[in-house]
Amino acid sequence: MKKHRCQICGYDYDPEVGDPDNGVAPGTAWEDVPDDWACPICGAGKDAFDEL
Amino acid sequence: MRPVELSKNVYWVGAVDWLTRDFHGYSTERGTTYNAYLIIDEKVTLIDTVKSGYCHELMHRIRNIIDPKKIDYLIVNHVEMDHSGSLPQVVQEIQPEKIICSKMGQKALTQHFHQPDWPYHVVTPGEELRLGPNKTLSFVETRMLHWPDSMFSYLKEDQILFSSDAFGEHLASSERFDDEVNQDVLMHEATKYYANILTLYSPIVKKLIAQVEAMHLPLKMIAPDHGIIWRKNPKKIIDAYSRWCVNESNGKALVIYDSMWHSTEMMAKSIAGGLQDKGISYKLLNLQVNHHSEVMCDVLEAGAVILGCPTLNNGLLPRMAGFLMYMRGLRPTNKIGAAFGSYGWSGEAVKLMNTAMSEMNFRLIHPGLRVQYVPEHGQLQECVELGHIVGQALLDAKAGNKAV
Ligand SMILES: [Fe+2]
Ligand SMILES: [Fe+2]
Ligand SMILES: [Zn+2]
Repeated sequence: MKKHRCQICGYDYDPEVGDPDNGVAPGTAWEDVPDDWACPICGAGKDAFDEL
Repeated sequence: MRPVELSKNVYWVGAVDWLTRDFHGYSTERGTTYNAYLIIDEKVTLIDTVKSGYCHELMHRIRNIIDPKKIDYLIVNHVEMDHSGSLPQVVQEIQPEKIICSKMGQKALTQHFHQPDWPYHVVTPGEELRLGPNKTLSFVETRMLHWPDSMFSYLKEDQILFSSDAFGEHLASSERFDDEVNQDVLMHEATKYYANILTLYSPIVKKLIAQVEAMHLPLKMIAPDHGIIWRKNPKKIIDAYSRWCVNESNGKALVIYDSMWHSTEMMAKSIAGGLQDKGISYKLLNLQVNHHSEVMCDVLEAGAVILGCPTLNNGLLPRMAGFLMYMRGLRPTNKIGAAFGSYGWSGEAVKLMNTAMSEMNFRLIHPGLRVQYVPEHGQLQECVELGHIVGQALLDAKAGNKAV
């Protein structure tokens, strides 16, 4: 599963880890992360992320 | 000591730092200030604190107005040490009922001061905090302007925006307001501040300005955490930010270089001659005598960046390498780029500079000029031509023939 990087703050979304603090369970693929999810560091939307 | 009043019962209680000349690598030739603000109503509120070592100045200014123990709310708009270094001491002395911060602010505060039991109050966007009959605060989350924890506080009745590090500048002065200081000095330092702290967050600045405009907040004053308070003309700094965040070019060229035995310097001067022929305003910036943060101040609005460096040990001179690292982190955009340099036998420098500039999405308009050892007349003529090419590209961009 592909990782994605926030182009604003450099945070990496790793599907294996997910973002459980914000309701995204480990194992969630990027495509399945909800559209209203925001970068846990800088608050940017999914559109600010690029595939690694 | 007469307190500095912004409006009725709103005071500046910060500290002026006349000494600091190096702010984590940013040259602060005019010193700086750490601004903190005191609001008096039924609930007494302190917005931000100061750098460690300046706590006595802050407390002294507060004491001139009110007993610090009477402070109920302590607002932390930004957790960076220049504004929070004295926080533990201040918390100890005033024992606040609430420490008000953003969600990321609470996290960062805990990771700085390791006090999970402080009385945090995390604000929710749009939340209003009534301090009494005359003062109401609200908050705007401004993540990554310029840290994840950053936020603005807005005082409704007085129409003052407390903007943390945004809209500020490093400038020590006895004066506290925009209308009291030299305007050229003020704008130079504000430009330098944006260039060295905020350039990479330009897309967020753009969004934020749109967001604040949509909120129709009446703005009488902008009170940042460094430098002067914009009371006469807050629009001046908002207009400047609106320009900077869209990378508007001033059509000028910069020849930024380092040299070992003046060969690269000869090339730099010839390139400048070519720019001159085209009527382009330029600066020759030798990194040996120009601090990287001053250079970035010029890069912010420049239309073209021409980099020169000789090859040393198959690589770059360390000053150019350091400058490239610094510039890359700040992500200037919308630039024309070109590289040049003298070399002895291997000559990697030009390629390294080209690579760095293409990674920054500069528009490289020349493969780069290399000269072995010392340039002779014909080679300097090629440098002049490089100046012509860059100059022409700037003129074309200005005429709108081609986006930079
Ligand atoms: Fe800061
Ligand atoms: Fe600061
Ligand atoms: Zn981010």
